[in-house]
Amino acid sequence: MARVKSNEALRPPRKTGVITSWLLRHLKTSATALGRICSHPFGSLMTVLVIGVTLALPTSMHLIIKNARSASTSWDSALDFSVYLKASVTEAEGRRLAAIIGKRADIESVIFLSADEALLEFRDKSGFGPSLDSLPTNPLPHTLIIRPAPTNTEVSIGLLNEEIGNLPEIDFVQLDTEWVRRFHAILSILEQAIFLGTLFLGATILVIIGNTIRLDIQNRHEEIEVTKLIGASNAFIRRPFLYSGFWYGLMGGLLTLNLVWYGLYALEAPIATLTGLYQSNFVTDALDFREILVIIGTGVGLGLIGSWTAATRHLRQIEPR
Amino acid sequence: MIRIEEVTKRYPGGHDALKGVTLYVEKGEMAFLTGHSGAGKSTLLRLIALIERPTKGQIIVDEQNTKRITNRRIPAYRRQIGMVFQDHKLLYDRPVFDNVALPLVIAGIGHREASRKVRAALDQVSLLNREKQFPATLSSGEQQRVGIARAIVSRPKLLIADEPTGNLDPDLSLEVMRIFRRFNEVGVTLLIASHDISLIDQLGCRRIALENGKLQTDEEEDVVAEYVERLEVERENSRWPE
Repeated sequence: MARVKSNEALRPPRKTGVITSWLLRHLKTSATALGRICSHPFGSLMTVLVIGVTLALPTSMHLIIKNARSASTSWDSALDFSVYLKASVTEAEGRRLAAIIGKRADIESVIFLSADEALLEFRDKSGFGPSLDSLPTNPLPHTLIIRPAPTNTEVSIGLLNEEIGNLPEIDFVQLDTEWVRRFHAILSILEQAIFLGTLFLGATILVIIGNTIRLDIQNRHEEIEVTKLIGASNAFIRRPFLYSGFWYGLMGGLLTLNLVWYGLYALEAPIATLTGLYQSNFVTDALDFREILVIIGTGVGLGLIGSWTAATRHLRQIEPR
Repeated sequence: MIRIEEVTKRYPGGHDALKGVTLYVEKGEMAFLTGHSGAGKSTLLRLIALIERPTKGQIIVDEQNTKRITNRRIPAYRRQIGMVFQDHKLLYDRPVFDNVALPLVIAGIGHREASRKVRAALDQVSLLNREKQFPATLSSGEQQRVGIARAIVSRPKLLIADEPTGNLDPDLSLEVMRIFRRFNEVGVTLLIASHDISLIDQLGCRRIALENGKLQTDEEEDVVAEYVERLEVERENSRWPE
C-alpha cells in the first residue's frame, strides 16, 4: 500500500522519542517475561535450581583449586631448607656454623635446632611420646633451618642449596618445597579438567534452558500464531523468549553465587581449625569481582544462546493455518 | 486494489481448492465472496494474506505482486492488511485494550499514540467502555467487534474477513455488517467471505460466487448470454435458406 508519509514529514524529527519508546518497549517485554516466569514459580524454580547447581559445581571446584594454589604459594615463597648436620658435629660447632651462614647476604635467617630440641618437638607433635623414651640414644642430628632472602631467584636458590650441601659439616640438605612444584603441576591438570567439565555442564545448561523455552513456546502456540497472523516478525515473537532465557540465566547465576558463598561460610570454621593446626595465617579466597562477573555473564550468555536456539528452531514450525 | 489472475491452488494429494480464478476488486469497493463451504473462499483469502502461496497464477494487492514478497517481508506486508476471522482469534490472557493495541505494538508505535488509536478503534465498534475487560467476559458479538477493532486500528486500506458473522445471530450479524459498511464509506476496501446470502442482499453489495474452486458466473448473466447466443445461431440458421 502506498505509504502516506506527509504527516510525518511535516513533524520535526524526534530522535529521543524513538529511542525512549524503543527502550520502554524492551523494558516492558523484559518485565512481562519476568512476570511470566514468576507466574509459574514451581517450574521456574526447578529450571533456575538446575542452572544454579550446575554452575555451582565448576565454580566450587575452581575455588578449591584457587585456594589450594594460594595456600601452597605462601609456602612456596618461604622456600625454607632443612640442613641436617653430620652426627660428628657438636652443638657448639653447629651454632657457630649457623652464625656464619646467617651473615650471608642471600640468607634471611638461620635457626639452629639442636638434636635435643628436635627430639622434644618431635615427641610433642608426633604423638609417639612414650615410645621414644625407649630409644637408647637420640637418633636425630642437629638441624639448621635456613630461610633464603626473598631476593633469591629459583636458580640462585638452587646454587645456594648446592653450596651449603658441599660444606664439610653438612650431611644432607632437604629443599622442603620440591613437592609444592609437583602439587602445582597437579593443580594445573585439574584446572584443565575442570575447564573441560565446565564445557559439558554449559552444554547441559543450554539443553535445559532450550527445553524450558520450547515448552513455553508450545504453551503459547496459539498466541504466537495469532501475532504472526497480525504481522509480527520472527524477531518480535522471539524477543520475549530471549528475555525469559536472560532471566533464567541471571537467576541461575545469582543462585550459583549464593550457593558458593553459603558453601564458603559453612566451611569457614573447619578451615580456621585446620589452618590453626598449621599455625598458618591462611585466609580463604572468596570470589573476586571479576569471577562474579564471569559467573553471571556465563549464566546470562547460556540463557540467551539456549533460548535463541530454541526459539529460532521452534518458532519456524509455527505458521498460521 | 486486488487483482487475482488465473490463480490455481493445489493442495498436496491433488485436491484443487482453486482452479484458474481471475477476479478484480476495485479500490473502495465492498465485495462479498460467497459459496458453499469448500468452494475456495477461505483459500482465496489465505492466498491474499500470504498465509499460503498460489500454485499457479498471480495475486497483486495494491500494486504489490505477492509473488515477489519474500518470506522475510511477509510480516510487513500483513501489517498493511486488516484481517477479521470467524473465531475472532483474540488473545484471552489480556484485556480488550491490549488485544486491539497488538498490531500497533508490533509496528512499534509509541504508547501515547497507540492509546489514542486504540480508543478511536474501540469507539468505532462501540466498545469504548469495555477496554479493561477480558475477552472471555464479552459476548460472541462483542468479541467479534474487538477482532474488528484490532483489524482496523492501524487504518489499513484493505480489510479481509473470513466468515466474520459465522458464529453470530442475524441481529448481531447485521450490526457487524453495518460496521463494515461504515469503514467502506470512509474508503476502506473490503473483501468478505460469507455464505449468508440474505444478509448480503440486504446490503446490496457485489457478490463474487465461487463453486468448486471456480468463479461462478452470475446466473442472470448466464441467461442473457445464452439468449444472445441462441439468437445468433437462429440468425445464422435463418440465412441458410436464402
